[in-house]
Amino acid sequence: MSREGAGTDGAGGIRGGAGTGPGGAAPGAAAPGGPVLQLRDLKVRIATRRGLVRAVDGVSLEVARGEAVGLVGESGSGKSMTLRAILGVLPPEARVTAGQILLDGADLVPLSQADLNRIRGRKISMIFQEPMSALNPVMRVGHQIAEGPRVHLGYSRSKAAERALDLMRRVGIPDPERRYRAYPHEFSGGMRQRVMIAIALSCDPEVILCDEPTTALDVTIQDQILRLLARLCRESGVSLVFVTHDLPVVAQLCQRVAVMYGGQIAEWGDVRDVLLDPRHPYTLGLVRSAPDVDEVRESLVAIPGSPPSLVSPPPGCRFHPRCAFAEEDCRAEPPPPLRELPGGRRTACLHHERCEDVLATERSPR
Amino acid sequence: MGRMAFVLRRLLMLVPVAVGVTIIVFFMIHLIPGDPARTILGIHATPRAVAILHRQWGLDRPLVSQYWLFMDRLLHGNLGQSLYYGVPATGLILGRLPATLWLVCYAAVLAVLVSVPLAMIAASRKDGIRDHVVRAVPLLGLGMPPFWVGILLIYALAIHVRWFPVSGYGTGFGGHLHAMFLPALTVAIALAPVVIRALRASMLTVLGAEYITTARSKGVPRSRLFLRHVLRNAVIPAVTVLGINIGFLIGGTVVIENVFAIPGIGQLMINSIFQRDFPVVQGVTLVFGVLVVLVNLLADLSYAALDPRVRFDR
Repeated sequence: MSREGAGTDGAGGIRGGAGTGPGGAAPGAAAPGGPVLQLRDLKVRIATRRGLVRAVDGVSLEVARGEAVGLVGESGSGKSMTLRAILGVLPPEARVTAGQILLDGADLVPLSQADLNRIRGRKISMIFQEPMSALNPVMRVGHQIAEGPRVHLGYSRSKAAERALDLMRRVGIPDPERRYRAYPHEFSGGMRQRVMIAIALSCDPEVILCDEPTTALDVTIQDQILRLLARLCRESGVSLVFVTHDLPVVAQLCQRVAVMYGGQIAEWGDVRDVLLDPRHPYTLGLVRSAPDVDEVRESLVAIPGSPPSLVSPPPGCRFHPRCAFAEEDCRAEPPPPLRELPGGRRTACLHHERCEDVLATERSPR
Repeated sequence: MGRMAFVLRRLLMLVPVAVGVTIIVFFMIHLIPGDPARTILGIHATPRAVAILHRQWGLDRPLVSQYWLFMDRLLHGNLGQSLYYGVPATGLILGRLPATLWLVCYAAVLAVLVSVPLAMIAASRKDGIRDHVVRAVPLLGLGMPPFWVGILLIYALAIHVRWFPVSGYGTGFGGHLHAMFLPALTVAIALAPVVIRALRASMLTVLGAEYITTARSKGVPRSRLFLRHVLRNAVIPAVTVLGINIGFLIGGTVVIENVFAIPGIGQLMINSIFQRDFPVVQGVTLVFGVLVVLVNLLADLSYAALDPRVRFDR
């Protein structure tokens, strides 16, 4: 039931980039000099006892300046791994094995950890799902916020403290002078997430990666945090990559969305297009399995089957074993590549017209 | 309930501990065969002379009433007269206490100085070559008895290369630091393996924590990451381990002080046992008991100082 929060002030459960969305004026088109962040055929492999897990299997996407891009999918679809790969903070047994991560056109993949340290926190930063475990429990909150400017911008102790206080004010932490010296356990969940956001903002990054930052929060707090992120995005022109499994959250915040399945992108396009008019049976399933506040359905439609094994994925389209539209050609290797559709959309489905048919019959007047 | 109330409660807990120690020691030492009067008077002592001394020291009374007398004096801060030296045991012990405290603190500092970098090296590359070396080599220190390690150190560093004196306490701060290095190192070698293991284990736990990923995602350089984020969190559980082991180590100083001829209460205790100097043995044991409790209290207090989440209420 965590979905109501996203639609509290709007008519529909699903809204586009207007309203609270950041950079309201056509962000994709207005980007000067191309995308800030671009992934090209990114592959991440995890060595496990059961074999090599293809956690991220050829993901390509781009994020324009000031744009918020959503990354949605089930657990284990590779969303979080994609984010961690961008920052180079993968778990020790995981590796980027192919592809490029371009920040302002420069590839991050070949960089050493020391070189990455000059980019992490400064140009790209990250917000995590669990603000309690993501904050150092024995370090004062103010010092955690001030650490970035100290390390990256060479600020003096007092200047960094001033910066931290300023950030705390910007993210809406009341009484920052007193709270500066407090420890994370003295904060509520929502306030902790505001601290995380302040940390992420501390060096004025170009991109903030958000790993389900609202999942651990209750609904009203969730909405506040989303509005805060949208506002900061609008004010400072920072881009967001927002990982979630929560479609209305994506609808509230993002302009474009990538739907991930089995480590690959199933569908990509404008939020409104993808969520209202899916061109991939998996997206269709996701949209239908999400409860809709306005339109009470007879019952929620679950996607049959379970997510694919990423050690030995099904041949061809990863989704075909669970797909009602699957035909012989869906089982053929290699997996179908993303194909361009009108309106800057992309889908991996060979039979995407079938989605249109289904939607058309569902929406015809009864 | 604040910090003060916690400290007071813990200090009150000293009373039953101390009473327990006195009971055990008092009755155990009287179980040991041997007679202080005969020790002092020598083998040609007449029964009459022995009886006079016994009467003078109250040793002719029943044990329980002797214990009662001992406790009565103790409550007045008096541990009784040393039977051998004929001076108050309290003064004797207080005069010897600094050397022992020096040894314990010096050894603890050395152990920490050795353990922190080694644990960091081990934890930074889990299961690497350096990790295995750091985990295996200190076990030698744990496996060898301290008096043997002490003798080896004396042989190598005092007799062979003459960097340190063979024995003694030294004078002045620098003198103590120099003269006590080998005994402190001996104790540290016994202590460090335990601390290294505890610290390495807690560092590995901390390294897997989400807030370390946060710190890495902030672009914190590796050195700062280890000192400010990993170590700061990892020492918290290790402090308890250190505290408990310093408790053991206080008992261990008895042997080390004898190997290195350090005039501490451990040496005093051994001599007093041989001389059947009951009041001094009782006094020293009591001091050892109190020290162990105080060290653990100190460990708990530093635990609380290091971890802001710890509250003293309950």
